[in-house]
Amino acid sequence: MKKVNQKLAYCALFAGIMLFVISCKPKSSGDVVGKEAASKVYVQPGQYDELYNFVSGGFSGQVSVYGIPSGRLLRVIPVFSVDPEKGWGYSEETKPMLNTSHGEIPWGDQHHLDLSQTNGEIDGRWLFANENNTPRVARIDLKTFRTAEIIEIPNSAGNHSSPFITDNTEYVVAGTRFSVPMDYENGDVPIDSYKKNFKGTLSFISVAPTTGEMSLSFQLLLPGMNFDLSHSGKGPSSGWFFFSTYNSEQAHTLLEVNASKRDKDYILAVNWKKAEEYFKSGKGKKVPVKYAHNVYSDETHSATSNMINETTVIDAKDVPGLVYMIPCPKSPHGCDVDPSGEYIIGSGKLAALIPVFSFAKIQQAIDKKDFDGEYGGIPVIKYESALHGEVKKPGLGPLHTEFDGKGNAYTTFFISSEIVKWRIKDLQILDRQPTFYSPGHLMIPGGDTKKPYGKYLVAYNKITKDRYLPTGPELAQSAQLFDISGDKMKLLADYPSIGEPHYAQAAPASLISKNSLKIFKLDHNKHPFVTLGERESKVVREGNKVHVYATAIRSHFSPDNIEGVRVGDEVYFHITNLEQDWDVPHGFAVKGAKNAELLIMPGETQTLKWIPLKPGIFPIYCTDFCSALHQEMQGYVRVSPAGSNTPLTFSLGKNSSEADSLLTK
Amino acid sequence: MNHDISKGKLSVAQKLLLLLSAIGLVFVLILPLWRIELAAPQYPEGLVLKMYPQKLAGDVDIINGLNHYIGMKTLHTDDFMEFTVLPYIIGFFIACAILVILANKQKYLRWLVIGFILFGIIAMVDFYRWNYAYGHNLNPNAAIQVPGMSYQPPLIGYKKLLNFGAYSVPDKGGWIFIGSGILLLMAMLLPTFSRKKHA
Repeated sequence: MKKVNQKLAYCALFAGIMLFVISCKPKSSGDVVGKEAASKVYVQPGQYDELYNFVSGGFSGQVSVYGIPSGRLLRVIPVFSVDPEKGWGYSEETKPMLNTSHGEIPWGDQHHLDLSQTNGEIDGRWLFANENNTPRVARIDLKTFRTAEIIEIPNSAGNHSSPFITDNTEYVVAGTRFSVPMDYENGDVPIDSYKKNFKGTLSFISVAPTTGEMSLSFQLLLPGMNFDLSHSGKGPSSGWFFFSTYNSEQAHTLLEVNASKRDKDYILAVNWKKAEEYFKSGKGKKVPVKYAHNVYSDETHSATSNMINETTVIDAKDVPGLVYMIPCPKSPHGCDVDPSGEYIIGSGKLAALIPVFSFAKIQQAIDKKDFDGEYGGIPVIKYESALHGEVKKPGLGPLHTEFDGKGNAYTTFFISSEIVKWRIKDLQILDRQPTFYSPGHLMIPGGDTKKPYGKYLVAYNKITKDRYLPTGPELAQSAQLFDISGDKMKLLADYPSIGEPHYAQAAPASLISKNSLKIFKLDHNKHPFVTLGERESKVVREGNKVHVYATAIRSHFSPDNIEGVRVGDEVYFHITNLEQDWDVPHGFAVKGAKNAELLIMPGETQTLKWIPLKPGIFPIYCTDFCSALHQEMQGYVRVSPAGSNTPLTFSLGKNSSEADSLLTK
Repeated sequence: MNHDISKGKLSVAQKLLLLLSAIGLVFVLILPLWRIELAAPQYPEGLVLKMYPQKLAGDVDIINGLNHYIGMKTLHTDDFMEFTVLPYIIGFFIACAILVILANKQKYLRWLVIGFILFGIIAMVDFYRWNYAYGHNLNPNAAIQVPGMSYQPPLIGYKKLLNFGAYSVPDKGGWIFIGSGILLLMAMLLPTFSRKKHA
């Protein structure tokens, strides 16, 4: 009897444990998605999406463009990496865009994007993109969805806190993640002389108000540490810029331990208006550097690369009132300013809280000199004096925060893999939703401007594991779309992304689609090798250079038979697409070419360089299915041995006299 | 008034109709007379060929580009002497209408109406002739050759030509031209109707 009771007791205990286990099993994503989600992301075939979403490509070096809410991929814009599909970095016209002080670089690491703003609101003109590895900033023209300009940043390494812009697109900033010896000083120093020789810089690149053309104005010199992310002030904080920093320990090795020692690192408050005044009054030190500035012209359909040899450096500690440091717990990453411009949110990657700083309090502290010593000659404001408050126990590993314009903030948590919605005013947590898995950045359309769109939120996840059909060891990263129009965030969809998405931007489609270019006007084509009509097509030899002035129109090239090219010649195919109708590109490829194809838009001229290495017949053809007779759009180039005297001839639709005489025999 | 008509002179109403007709024709000079609309799966937005008294307009280059597949001759304003003559002919009718008002004779009005209708018929015959010529005289080396197929657009109305649907109709100027003709006709018939009423 006793034994039976004991057995029963064990059974009951076991059942109890099972019940407990079952009840504690977390909900699967199947439970998370509501039934109404499908209708919210369904965009009928032929209908347009509500928003454009520009997503950084990370290690792909490119920028992708998605439609929201459908998650449909609309375009991948080549920026910092070559793209043989589009001839980017392979055509003679685009090669200079990838030029740097190190020569031509075929790859970049593209992390953050910022849409141009007017009065703190998205104006839909340009998109700025940073490159981490070889510090550069690109400007993408949203009329053409192409990279219009790339500027290299000297005195920098790991251009991470970039390309964030001021609220009227006066400046794009670029901060060094890696502090390094300055370009104008001897860099051949021991690595362990970090504290003495390594410096950080914050660069201010001015943007011309009408053309958008960038120019490196000045660089602020700061103590050596890691500058991570940044955002511009707005409203009351307009004229200020905020940067997060870590490694205030100034470690140069095993940073995961050595840069995590101090309880607090810093958020930097930079009075850029004051820096601008200082610079414009002719102060600052002119130093010799070398950096490339590359501009693409839609008139000449060509890029030019200029090397610039000087910049102005302003040592922050020499100018009182320029820069202040605010202690921020545990290696802050995200540095985000709310739509009102009053609150600055720092996200300590290792912190168990989120500090929210008040701009008004920062100003009071500065006025009262409420300082806690200095760091590298820069005053450090007392943490409590700058603090609006802390969000307690928000989650693990806070990274980035965006805003809905209704007083709420949304923060990603990498470690606990979730998004947490909280109210800025009273720092109360309102909602939390899991992401799949481990989000880095998140994005609310206009979420870093004065006027967030506030309907959707997209989380960009680093890990996807079981979310999609497996594709071997290498898996896509993902975007997850949430509806944030209600009190609770609702997961609507998730879809894979290109490369590794970091920060993203989005804007209502109408802001951008109305300006989208359909064709390049042939009349405006100022390419030095343009062929304005088939009658003008020709082949010209200049020494060992052969220039082919060719046209493409449905469905032939003119000329399409070329003879008299010799082994070792440098052949330049300058192809002008004569079409003047929307969506009629032509492609061009030649057998054995060691670069790539050309993809030529209507009214555009692009050039492919080809050095034939052996004699024979080399076909050329159109690579873009342009028309019903696309397969007929082809031709031949005859290559004769070096030094041969085959005459240079070219034709379309007729045989050469040599061939005719052969046929009549 | 009837007294005037019986003398072979024009009534005020007739003069007004003539004046309106002349004003209408002034607008005809600057507006497109005729349009051929083309639609295909690849052109959901449609293509249009507009015929003004003095020129071809609309998507001429795109249509020429497409027509080369079937070997149709490319369309150019300069190839049609009509575009030189038409403005003068329309101008001539404007002048005639005003002269008829000034001359104030029923007889001249009848001549004007006959002339105007004749011109309309000749214009349509000429249009048909060109349509026929362009639709039938195809390049024998054309890429697309469908046995027995010609590509003559309809004189008026809708016709399917391979993947394109062609819709040929008067444009604004054409409608005003027709309106001007009706006004002239009304002016001519006015005395007949008023006589019947009074009889």
